[in-house]
Amino acid sequence: MGQQIRLEVVTPSGAKVNEDVDIVNAPGYGGDFGVLANHAPFLSTIKIGTLTYQSGSRRESLMVSGGFCEVSNNTITFLVESAERGTEIDVERAMRAKERAERRLAQAAQQAENLNRSRAEVALQRALARLKVAKH
Amino acid sequence: MATLKEVKTKITGVKKTAQITKAMNMVAAAKLRGAQEKMEAFRPYTAKFNETMSNLSAGANSNSFPLMENRTLQAVEIVVVTSDRGLCGSFNANIVKLALRRMAEYESKGAKVTFVCVGKKGFALLKKTGKVRKSYREMMSSFQMFHAREVATELTQEFLAGKSDRVEIVFGRFKSVAVQTPEFASFLPVEPVQAEAETVGSRKISGEYIYEPSTEEIMDVLQPLYLNVVIYHAMLEVGASEHAARMSAMDNATNACKDIVRNLTIVYNKARQAAVTNELMDIVGGAEALK
Repeated sequence: MGQQIRLEVVTPSGAKVNEDVDIVNAPGYGGDFGVLANHAPFLSTIKIGTLTYQSGSRRESLMVSGGFCEVSNNTITFLVESAERGTEIDVERAMRAKERAERRLAQAAQQAENLNRSRAEVALQRALARLKVAKH
Repeated sequence: MATLKEVKTKITGVKKTAQITKAMNMVAAAKLRGAQEKMEAFRPYTAKFNETMSNLSAGANSNSFPLMENRTLQAVEIVVVTSDRGLCGSFNANIVKLALRRMAEYESKGAKVTFVCVGKKGFALLKKTGKVRKSYREMMSSFQMFHAREVATELTQEFLAGKSDRVEIVFGRFKSVAVQTPEFASFLPVEPVQAEAETVGSRKISGEYIYEPSTEEIMDVLQPLYLNVVIYHAMLEVGASEHAARMSAMDNATNACKDIVRNLTIVYNKARQAAVTNELMDIVGGAEALK
C-alpha cells in the first residue's frame, strides 16, 4: 500500500468524511482534478459535481455543491455547502427538481431574465449531479 | 372576600397554567439541545472558512472587489434576525431595541435606514416604523443553508445595485443557556478577515499556495459563500438563544405560578376557617334557643 492523504469533507451541518485515502478526484474550477499523497499546497474553488475518492479497493462518490478545497500538510479539505452520498439522495426529488429547473430555463429564455436563468441553471446542475451520484 | 368556590377555581386554573409552562420549559430544553448540536456541527466549517479567508485577503488587494467597496453612507440596511415565536421573555424585544438604536445612530448621520426582517417577531415589532423593506417569515423553525443563501443573495444584489451602501446584521448571540445578548455585526461591504494571532504563526506557508484560478477569482466565489455563512451563523445563534430564552422565561412563569398558588391556598384556608366558625356559631345558637 502506498502513501495516503487525509480527506476531510466539511459542510455546514458537520464533517462528512474524515479518513485516509489513496486518491481524490474533484470537480475544480478549471475541470476535474486528482490529488494524491504529498501534493503541494493548493487552493481551488469547487463546482457542483461529483467528488470521488478511493481507499484500497473501495471507491466512494459524493455529490458536492459549491465551495472550495484546500490542500496542505498532506490533508485535503473540502468546504462545501452540501455533500451527499448516493444512498442519501432522494432520486425522485432530484428528478422533480431537474424538470422544474428545465421548465424555468425555458421560461427564462423567453423573457430574457438573467437572474432567474442563472438560478435555474444552478438548480439544474445540482439536480443532475445528484442523479449522477445516485446511479453509482 | 372571595367565596370558597371562586378561590378553588382560581387555584385549579393557576395550577393548569403552571403545568403548561412547565411543559413548554421542557420542550424548549429539548429543542435547545438540538439547536446547540447544530451550532457545534457548524463550527468546524466556519473555523476553516475564516482561516482561508484571512489567508486569501492577506494576499489580495482588497479595493478591487465590488463587495468590498466602501461608499459614502446614504442608505443603510439593517437585517434583524429574531425568532418566529414569542413567549421567550424580552429576547426579541432586546434585539429590536438594539436595531432601533442602530437606526437612530445612522439617521443622525443623515443616512436612510431600511430593515430586512428574518423571523416573524422582529417584523411584528418593527412594522410600525414603516421601514421594513422585506420580511422573511416561517424560516426560523427549521432552517437550512439554502434559506441563508436566499437572504444573503437578496442583500448582495441590493448592495451591488447601489440601493444600500452598508448592510448590518442585528441578532441575539448565544453566550450561555442563561445569557443571550443582542449584538450587531457588519455584513456588507465585506471587511478583510483578520487572522487570529495564534493561527498566523503556524500558517506562514500561505504564500506558496497554488491558486486555481487566481486569488482574485477565488475571492469572487468565496465572498458570496462567506456572506451565506455570516447569515447562517446569525440564524443559528438566534435559534439557540430563542430556546434558551424561552426556557428561562417559562421557568420564571412556573415559579410565579407556584407563588400564586401558595398565596391563594392561604386565602382559601382562611375562607374555609371562617365558614366553619360561622357554621359552629349557628349550631351553638340553635341549641341555645331550644333550651
